[in-house]
Amino acid sequence: MKKALVLILALTMVFALAAPSAFADGAFKLGSSGPLTGGAAIYGISVMNGIQIAVDEINAMDDGFQFEFMSQDDEADSGDKAINAYNTLMDWGMQVMAGTVTSGSGITVAAQAFDERLFMLTPSGSSVDLIADKDNAFQVCFTDPNQGVASADYFAANFPGAKVAVIYRNDDAYSQGIRDTFVTEAAAKGVEVVYEGTFTDSTSTDFNVQLTAAQGAGADLIFLPIYYTPASVILQQANAMGYAPKFFGVDGMDGILTVEGFDTKLAEGVFLLTPFSADAEDARTQAFVAEYQSRFGEIPNQFAADGYDAAYILKAALQAAGCTPDMSADAICEALIEVMPTISVDGVTGSGMTWSASGEVSKAPMAVVIKDGVYVTPEF
Amino acid sequence: MKKLSKGARSDLITYAAVILAFIVVSVLKSNGSLNRSQSGLLVPICCYIVMAVSLNLTVGILGDLSLGHAGFMSVGAFTGVITAMSLMNVIPSVWLRLTLAMIVGAFFAAVIGFLIGIPVLRLTGDYLAIVTLAFGEIIKELITCLLVGVDSEGLHIIFNVSGSKTANDLKLLEGGRVIIKGAQGATGTKTIASFTAGFILVMIALVIVQNLIRSRQGRAIMAVRDNRIAAESVGINVTRYKMMAFVTSAALAGAAGALFGLNYSNLAATKFDFNTSILVLVFVVLGGLGNIWGSIIATVVLYILPEALRGFANYRMLIYAIVLIVVMLATNNPVLKTYREELRAKFSRKDKKEAADT
Repeated sequence: MKKALVLILALTMVFALAAPSAFADGAFKLGSSGPLTGGAAIYGISVMNGIQIAVDEINAMDDGFQFEFMSQDDEADSGDKAINAYNTLMDWGMQVMAGTVTSGSGITVAAQAFDERLFMLTPSGSSVDLIADKDNAFQVCFTDPNQGVASADYFAANFPGAKVAVIYRNDDAYSQGIRDTFVTEAAAKGVEVVYEGTFTDSTSTDFNVQLTAAQGAGADLIFLPIYYTPASVILQQANAMGYAPKFFGVDGMDGILTVEGFDTKLAEGVFLLTPFSADAEDARTQAFVAEYQSRFGEIPNQFAADGYDAAYILKAALQAAGCTPDMSADAICEALIEVMPTISVDGVTGSGMTWSASGEVSKAPMAVVIKDGVYVTPEF
Repeated sequence: MKKLSKGARSDLITYAAVILAFIVVSVLKSNGSLNRSQSGLLVPICCYIVMAVSLNLTVGILGDLSLGHAGFMSVGAFTGVITAMSLMNVIPSVWLRLTLAMIVGAFFAAVIGFLIGIPVLRLTGDYLAIVTLAFGEIIKELITCLLVGVDSEGLHIIFNVSGSKTANDLKLLEGGRVIIKGAQGATGTKTIASFTAGFILVMIALVIVQNLIRSRQGRAIMAVRDNRIAAESVGINVTRYKMMAFVTSAALAGAAGALFGLNYSNLAATKFDFNTSILVLVFVVLGGLGNIWGSIIATVVLYILPEALRGFANYRMLIYAIVLIVVMLATNNPVLKTYREELRAKFSRKDKKEAADT
């Protein structure tokens, strides 16, 4: 029986380690999950930092509205880890969720939250599948198709006659999603796509083949619906082979100036579609950037801005719906679903943000160009 | 009372311990002592136990280092999800669909295991490890290219090698539903897995693996592991027995994958990457090669550990790694080993005495 005893002991011991926490009065329990360890940790940590700043600011205000915030690590996993993080937050008593950070875990969590009637507002989960057929899931960031459509429209308006090459990562839902709508919209708008190159996570260190092919096809504009780490490699290798087309990225390109060991001069003239620019002149952005810098010692990226806005949007929605912290999560969920399409919120990622009942945000996408190491509005 | 052999007694104790653990956890679950995060861990733990037990068959009993076990789990998961989702309108019974999904998952994983086994089992040692590693990666890439949907006309499958097709190219009729969406994996799966199903699967895996080990075939497999040339010289068909262990192991991993896939509404192929294979290998190695109940305990403890360490916030993975190192050192520490053996000797003396008394 020794073995049985050991097994039971091991089981009970580890289960006992997770202890429930006490309830606080008068504060909404705001939870969020995202990758805080592993390769995608930069996104999760940025979002959590952004939310934390907003929560502290909201709690310091003298209007009786309080948030209690908890973040959990989901390692950007789309299966068991995402649900484990979500369950931990639910045990804590989460009433609204400002998560998840990544799309993959978001789709998994959103399905669960839909069944259990928990309201979720994802700061940066951009996949359409996250909000599709779920009335409880809303987004702060653009959906992937929106970015593809907006990019193609931008090309048609500002780069007439350009020969476009697309290099995208075909094992990544984000990259694939933007590419799909971009190509469809480009065909509709008469934007000429001369070459499409793909890569995967494991081949994201060498792009000579794709760049040579793009050059051979005569592309003078390369569209990069990818994250900034592979993009930095592309910029370096294009420069090394003396190929200098225009580069155009989407929100994943944000962060290119912070890549370690990357010569930021190579990013000069790169266009990107982003809802947030840390150099914007308005007081709200300036205050947020200053606070973020003093706390974490770095310029906030778009993910931090999305997180920051998510907390303020939730506050606005909760107040508009007249929710109180003693309400249950599902009562709050139903109330928020009612008010979300009716409110308009000004944030650092856009002013006058509104939502459709399906959960999509409506705000103006902003194209910027990198000049002297900062984002500026392009001039034509 | 008829005296059982040492091996058979140890098997019975393993069954009894697993059944007892199931009863204890079920009681705790039904009276509400388990919170959500704890009860949410039950199904994945069962899946990983089956994974570890089946990998132990390849690594511990057959003695071949396989680094692609997650590949079989992946095959099982996606074929299982396709089965369960496409039969949703035909078979309303959740249990029947889950069982069918696991059988189909196990079948396809076994077929793939057989096909892979033909070239792989001619290799030994490092070469075999590298080929299985490549196999795991290939499966991941292939499923990333897969688009599957179902409508009233049946299954629609597109193999999206060029990367230019989307779910719209499946041309589903009204009311059709997309099951696997390329890089996004299986989305919108109705979750039908349950802890009871997980427990039954663990028991089936244990019965199959433990009986195989104690059988004539099992002894032949171990003979191949211990000395291939000697085994061949006494007339053991090495390829046949290697294949038997490898395919059984693959089939069990496939069934575990099907259960795992049906526990989450969204599951991408990238979940079953090299890291997952290594994770299962860690369970096996820390539990002891060839030691079935060791695999079970190692899986339970090591799967729960990162969750239990959530209190340490961002340091939890660091602590998890340290725990792994400490466990590895402790199990191989000569002083502790001697101490453990002394303890075991004492216990078995006591057992013998009791046995003699009855």
